[in-house]
Amino acid sequence: MNPVPLYVAIPLGAAFLIPVLGMWWKKSGEALATLSTLLLAVMAILAVGTPAMVHHMGGWTAPLGIALVSDGLTVLLLITINVIAFLCTVFSLKYMTAYTGLPKYYSLFMLMVAGMNGVVVSGDLFNLFVFLEIASVASYALVAFGVEADELEAGFKYMILGSVASVMILFAVGTVYAVTGTLNMADAAREISTRFGGAEMNPALLLAAAFFLMGFGLKAALVPFHAWLPDAHPSAPAPISAMLSGVVIKSLGVYAMCRVMFHVFGFASSSPSSVIIANAMITLSVLSIVVGGLMAIGQWDFKRLLAYSSIGQIGYVTLGLGVGARVLATGGTRSLAALAILGGLFHLINHAAFKSLLFLSSGAIQHATGTRDMKMLSGLGKRMPITAATTNLAALSISGVPPFSGFWSKLIIIVATIKAGHPAVAAVAIAMAFVTLAYYVKVQREIIFGPVRGRAESAKEVSAAMYVPLIILAIVCVGFGLLYPVWGSRILEPARDAVLNSAEYVKLVLG
Amino acid sequence: MKGMTLIVKTITDFVVAFIVVFGAYIVLYGHLTPGGGFAGGVIIACAFILLLLAHGSDAAFAVLPEKVAHIFDSAGALAFLIIGWVGVTGGFFFLNVFGRGEAFRLLSSGMILPLNIAIAFKVGSSLFLVFAALAMFRRRSFRAMIEEELS
Repeated sequence: MNPVPLYVAIPLGAAFLIPVLGMWWKKSGEALATLSTLLLAVMAILAVGTPAMVHHMGGWTAPLGIALVSDGLTVLLLITINVIAFLCTVFSLKYMTAYTGLPKYYSLFMLMVAGMNGVVVSGDLFNLFVFLEIASVASYALVAFGVEADELEAGFKYMILGSVASVMILFAVGTVYAVTGTLNMADAAREISTRFGGAEMNPALLLAAAFFLMGFGLKAALVPFHAWLPDAHPSAPAPISAMLSGVVIKSLGVYAMCRVMFHVFGFASSSPSSVIIANAMITLSVLSIVVGGLMAIGQWDFKRLLAYSSIGQIGYVTLGLGVGARVLATGGTRSLAALAILGGLFHLINHAAFKSLLFLSSGAIQHATGTRDMKMLSGLGKRMPITAATTNLAALSISGVPPFSGFWSKLIIIVATIKAGHPAVAAVAIAMAFVTLAYYVKVQREIIFGPVRGRAESAKEVSAAMYVPLIILAIVCVGFGLLYPVWGSRILEPARDAVLNSAEYVKLVLG
Repeated sequence: MKGMTLIVKTITDFVVAFIVVFGAYIVLYGHLTPGGGFAGGVIIACAFILLLLAHGSDAAFAVLPEKVAHIFDSAGALAFLIIGWVGVTGGFFFLNVFGRGEAFRLLSSGMILPLNIAIAFKVGSSLFLVFAALAMFRRRSFRAMIEEELS
């Protein structure tokens, strides 16, 4: 019995137990959510270094039954999701006391975790869609959890656009099923590569790829599918913002896109269709980097600035993956493709760490001062030293200041882009890295340094339950950059190899 | 909500029991004939929704209190998960470890029947709760509208 189904079963069980127990025991949500996310985080960390494995649901083997797969890429995402979910739960314990209906909050939170874990372990296209819907529906409700007018509006907008994305994905899944006659990802991949490997794809498959790109692009908030994100992420309670920006857009958007594009469709060398898909990925990424970065500069709402910044940073992640895909599709060297993909995945896990840290810090600041308007805050460094220090560190890391983690991942992506022969794209990426630095310098100047003014005057440092997760994430931000030799070869490189070797994935699932 | 006319109320009282029985039939025979937990659950929920429409929400909650519906809602999902866990004793999640029985008998096909019953509880109670919530919100916003008119 391997532990893969536990990643879905534990949070699902907690999600349904919490509301029942919550009728008699008010603290059921806090207790069960903390316990199960801690368990999941420990399990995910212990899964590092274990060989890739497949669990056949109900004992039915792969093309017939539903397979749950855990390979290098899955482990990377499982660690990201569950560790951040645990830290966000710990942060919620104190932060969420201002809200009512807490058992419902924790129940939805655990449903969202179950959905995301399900997306990353699913080896079946339709199950991927179902888990994606579980996580999405839970996140729509969580965005509107405050039930103020603007929160409801953001939740509603997110729901409408998210449903459009889900319809696109469902349609694409149906099209792949119509062409290949199977829903198992490995089986579909084998069918596609034997029929179209290296040649032009069936137009129906290209349409499916376009719908997948659109659907997952919307979940990942790539420009021009980003309109919901700047409303949804700031409106949610801070731990949920951290989850949404830190892991939801990655597991539902980037991971799913990566898995489907690299493994199901595959980037066979000299296939004109593969080049089209790779070009589309690069174009969407560059648009996101530029639009996200430029829109972030003008924001005065701290959380809204972070939300726009997420759009830009997700662009870097998909740029790495897109360049890797294009190198594979045009018959370039595998080591160059590997470098680009490594950069993308490295930035994915880095962004999960520093963006959740920034959103949690913004929550701590809002908790202490009652506002997130940067014009009303100044000099928080003197009043809230710990929160200010972690915010500073995350800001430096995300803007790519050496030696923090964000610098290395952006460097790898940009080097790979230049080596792959896209100097213009690389120039845009470098220029926008400076824009990122510019708006995070603005954050530091406005709210951390300077004289103590406005709401900051009465602010006090938040309690330990809130700053301990911040400190842990800050350590992670520094550690990812400096200790790469220690953890990179164990977590990141297996993930890169898993993305690169689609044939191995097929062999793993189908045996 | 006071409910509808006497004619509707009387007819509802007649048919509700039949609807529930038919829903239960669809649930219990889901593994033999078309139907199953989801469809049967929806039909059973329809009976309670009919009660709610005809007699008002108080009468419906007297038969199926909100708290009980919430418990059924979560318990159905939990039961599904637990049955899935029973399969782990045979090595796989959701492995059909129960006795299969003789084909086309009511007690056959192992865990499919219990799974159908679990799903029926989940779907029936949550559909009823969704409808009850919609009815409550509608009433509340209507009252708010009148208050706005008056003030």
